[in-house]
Amino acid sequence: MKKSIKLTMVMLLALTLVLSACGKKNEANNGGAAEGNGTKSDVKVGMVTDVGGVNDKSFNQSAWEGLQAVKDSDGISVDYLQSTKPDDYITNLNKFVKGGYNLTWGIGMDLGEAIKTVADQNKDANLAIIDAVVDAPNVKSITFAENEGSFLVGVVAGLTTKTNKIGFIGGAEIPVIENFAVGFKAGIEAVNPNAQVMISYTGAFDKPDLGKTQAATYYNDGADILFPAAGATGTGVFNEGTARKQKGEDVWVIGVDKDQSLEFGDEITLTSMIKRVDEAVKRVSKEVVDGTFKGGVETLSLKDNGVGIAETSSKNVSAEILAKVEEFKAKIISGEIVVPSALAE
Amino acid sequence: MNKIVKIFSGSIIVPLTAIVMGLLVGALIMLLGGYDPLLAYQSLFSQVFGNLYDLGETFREITPLVLTGLAVAFAFRAGLFNIGGEGQFIIGMTAATFVGIKITGLPMIIHAPLALIVGGICGGLWAAIAGYFKAKRGVNEVITTIMLNWTALYLANYIVRHFLLLKGQQRSENLQDSASISIQWLSELLGNARMHWGTLIAVLAAVFFYILLWKTKQGFELRAVGLNPHAAEYAGMNVGRNIIKSMFISGMFAGLAGAVQILGVFHYQSVMSGTPGIGFDGIAVALIGMNHPFGVLLGGFLFGSLTYGSAGMSFGAGVPPELIRIVIGSIIFFIATPGIVRYVLKPLYAKRKKEKVL
Amino acid sequence: MIAANPIVELKSITKRFPGVVANDSISLKLHKGEIHALLGENGAGKSTLMNILFGLYQPDEGSIEIDGKPVNIDNPNKAIEYGIGMVHQHFKLVQPFTVTENIILGMEPKKGLSLDQKTAANKIKELSEQYGLKVDPNAKIQNISVGMQQRVEILKTLYRGAQILIFDEPTAVLTPQEITELMEIMRRLVAEGKSIILITHKLKEIMHISDTVTIIRRGKVIDTVKTSESNPNLLAEKMVGRNVTFKVDKQPAAPGETVLSLNDIRLMRKDGVSVLNGLNFDIKAGEILGVAGVDGNGQTELIEVITGLRKADQGSIKIHGKEIAGSTPRAFAESGIAHIPEDRHKHGLVLDFSMSENLVLETYYKEPFSKRGFLNFDTIKKQAQRLIEEFDIRTPGIGTLARSLSGGNQQKAIIAREIDKNPDVLIAAQPTRGLDVGAIEFVQKQLIAQRDQGKAVLLISFELDEIMNVADRIIVIYEGKIVGEVLPEHTNDQELGLMMAGSLAVGGHGHE
Repeated sequence: MKKSIKLTMVMLLALTLVLSACGKKNEANNGGAAEGNGTKSDVKVGMVTDVGGVNDKSFNQSAWEGLQAVKDSDGISVDYLQSTKPDDYITNLNKFVKGGYNLTWGIGMDLGEAIKTVADQNKDANLAIIDAVVDAPNVKSITFAENEGSFLVGVVAGLTTKTNKIGFIGGAEIPVIENFAVGFKAGIEAVNPNAQVMISYTGAFDKPDLGKTQAATYYNDGADILFPAAGATGTGVFNEGTARKQKGEDVWVIGVDKDQSLEFGDEITLTSMIKRVDEAVKRVSKEVVDGTFKGGVETLSLKDNGVGIAETSSKNVSAEILAKVEEFKAKIISGEIVVPSALAE
Repeated sequence: MNKIVKIFSGSIIVPLTAIVMGLLVGALIMLLGGYDPLLAYQSLFSQVFGNLYDLGETFREITPLVLTGLAVAFAFRAGLFNIGGEGQFIIGMTAATFVGIKITGLPMIIHAPLALIVGGICGGLWAAIAGYFKAKRGVNEVITTIMLNWTALYLANYIVRHFLLLKGQQRSENLQDSASISIQWLSELLGNARMHWGTLIAVLAAVFFYILLWKTKQGFELRAVGLNPHAAEYAGMNVGRNIIKSMFISGMFAGLAGAVQILGVFHYQSVMSGTPGIGFDGIAVALIGMNHPFGVLLGGFLFGSLTYGSAGMSFGAGVPPELIRIVIGSIIFFIATPGIVRYVLKPLYAKRKKEKVL
Repeated sequence: MIAANPIVELKSITKRFPGVVANDSISLKLHKGEIHALLGENGAGKSTLMNILFGLYQPDEGSIEIDGKPVNIDNPNKAIEYGIGMVHQHFKLVQPFTVTENIILGMEPKKGLSLDQKTAANKIKELSEQYGLKVDPNAKIQNISVGMQQRVEILKTLYRGAQILIFDEPTAVLTPQEITELMEIMRRLVAEGKSIILITHKLKEIMHISDTVTIIRRGKVIDTVKTSESNPNLLAEKMVGRNVTFKVDKQPAAPGETVLSLNDIRLMRKDGVSVLNGLNFDIKAGEILGVAGVDGNGQTELIEVITGLRKADQGSIKIHGKEIAGSTPRAFAESGIAHIPEDRHKHGLVLDFSMSENLVLETYYKEPFSKRGFLNFDTIKKQAQRLIEEFDIRTPGIGTLARSLSGGNQQKAIIAREIDKNPDVLIAAQPTRGLDVGAIEFVQKQLIAQRDQGKAVLLISFELDEIMNVADRIIVIYEGKIVGEVLPEHTNDQELGLMMAGSLAVGGHGHE
């Protein structure tokens, strides 16, 4: 009996070795190097997610899609590292920087401090960050005019609501998120002065349960459209909305950051306020390929096509309303309407 | 010396085997997922030991784990299950941040130790609340410490938001430079890895743990209360007071963990959406270390390097970093079920026995 | 009745543990239908031997034969297969489960996928009736008496088809009535063709029930005799290895001044039941005061109050005229009260502490055992070595865990620790409970020696024999009050029995 155990162990070990050899072969196929469409480039771009992770169906995912698009078009190598806790930001960034990557992205304002530290310690490295302003010559800071995009979905909401009650659910009471709320509210008020706008902050970007609870509260209070700007917390809002929709309630959720109807379905997604994180990532990454990368701050607005509403909106939103949206969009771009901002100092 | 050999030779075989078996389980799961376990472990290893920077960062990762591991182990030795390492960690962080920001004009030699000590003491007092309820009212410390974790989280966020906030941000201002326990020269030596005195403090804490528990009369009491509170009471020891004391000391370790993270790594405190998890990881570290302070050092080393190495694993072999949690979980599983390990080791033991007979 | 061939034969079984040979070439034959007693002091190796037979240990040397065929029993399941069942001293039952559930645990009868409890319950009922066990298959373990629980253990072995039953110290936990009933059951079992090995150190039981006795001392078989051809004195001598007298030798007491006096002690339990109702008594230097009474009449609370573990609601406790009621247990100890607790595992020792640690469990904080907060291991070690020698505590070493010592040696350690404190008052609660003859003799001699040195000794015991033999003066406690005081030479079991039952009051104190 004892002998058989020993034998089992040895066989198990052997199996492990054999199978791992197979594994290696597979690995070569789906590895990091691009096989794209012919063009090859030595450029390597990495990105570090915040604690939300690369499958957050929002922000980090959008950035990763942007990077993959560049990989396909320009044949660069791309890779990402997920941060599991704030301690990881610096080490993950360093993993790329010290690994000789030509550009390293930090996705989300949480990484601001880490980007600053790493940029100062590695003056030759190129870094970029989404949603935060980092003051260093080798860092490109990308921010978005969330208020403008939110204004447009506010217009849609204001014209669509039947109960005249609309809710906004933010992840935290911080300027970036408040900027969504301010723009959203202004958009609603511009088309429907009678609508009541309820605003609340869950205090977390990674707690779907909190989003679900808050959504339930708002729906119970009579709101029929909710706009979450809360990362993964927003998933809970969609879940609650979908559940109610299936019971026959006439409720909607507005997606954020990317076209969330693709994730959560047209039945519940009225429209989405798109923050073209993928666009920004694509653009700046290409600058590195082209050798034109430069540090500095860039705010992407409606004018730059950095924010906007999802193309799929026409499924649930009438042409009439969309026309109205276009009208406002033009006015904002022309400067006729100045959308209030929470970032105004 | 002989004693040390004795301590380890007897009890180290099971955990070592458990570690190997845990790694094997991880390898099997990687195979099922179509990854290459050899490459993965190789990447993990080189992430940990590959260069000076990563080696330094590995120690940075290990440090708080050792301290929270000591916290859990210490309470355990006194017969208590401290699941509140998390809350005590947060309180330690917040107290250190507060002292580090609000007290000004002190020289570094006073300010940094002061912030550390206050962090430790506040963590200890936080745990002592649970100890008090256990001693005076018989409330199970598992319940109270868990509840206090959340209390600590929201209290810490409240304090950061209302007293320490950096305008327009989700975090506190930066600490005064005089409160930092970072070791600049060492960091520079190790490619800017975030090195700090906390690592030394963690080792000293383990030594303190050992001496206190096994060399002093206070430790004698704590152990007696832990092993048999009834007999301790009959022997004239004040059981309630010892429970509070051991919770205090346990919480102090966790509080120190929080304080060194702030003073040595972050130099500011963020508003947290959830608890950081290092206190809970301390439970695993204590289990791997079999609740012995020196075992906790090794357990912290293992847990910390695996965790830090997991980034390398995902970078080098595309294995999701979560997988390392499965490995750690399996190691704990095997340590907690020595029966399985002994079963695996049985042929070995049998052989040895035979040799002896011959 | 006894068949020619043994049903179980153990041949030259040897089992070594680190530092000790627990069984040294032991041979034993069990015949069908006999009750074979295994007699020996605590730690003699009886339980080890039976654990080997039951598959819990592997012998280092020797072999086991069942029905003449050599067998290899390497786990309890094997033992059960061979028809061996063990009734453990400490029951292995799941409290919230019913009798049936406990009995079928591990071999649940299935009907398709569901548990077939009904068939099992019927079978249990049958077995119960067959052997006169009177067990209700549907009762929950937590609701039945200790005696009943033991019967459930017996049923468990029968249900699994045991032909050979091992009883490990079965009477240690039973009341006298339950013991009588157990004897009946054992007789019935052998009458039905079962064979029994009875592990015990109680001579009375052996004389009463067994057919054959094998005496083991320090791991070796001393002798195997027919019970009918033996007598208690002979057995005791073989067991202990020297002459044992059942009568305690002692000089008449020479009481001095009052050392400890209790006055009007009253105590109410949390549930509102009043357990001590105005207790009064004095103990003088140089006397042993025995407290007789049926269990549950306030003895436990009385001990807790005199040792400071629990504060009385009312009343005074004076030692040498100084009031100490209301202070801490440590203050009680420091004012000269030592205590041999009733439950040595729970209250007397930290079982996972080493012997040396246990021997300083109450004095560790004082010099020379600790200095400036640090323990002084040298003096602790010396203290342990001295006490182990003086009190003849049999332990492999001072670093041995208290857990691995036999009950008698554990008790010796406690007594050594308490007496060495040189107390004025020694409170001994059930000090001989669960001990074998040799250890009992030792304990009682120690108590008397303390008295002769001028200490006041309070002996609380449920065993009338002990009180009658050892005490110089007897008080009887009933429902938290002293209902009588007598001198052992002027009373008898009947009179004490009546007082203990509350139907007679004699003597000075305690009347209201």
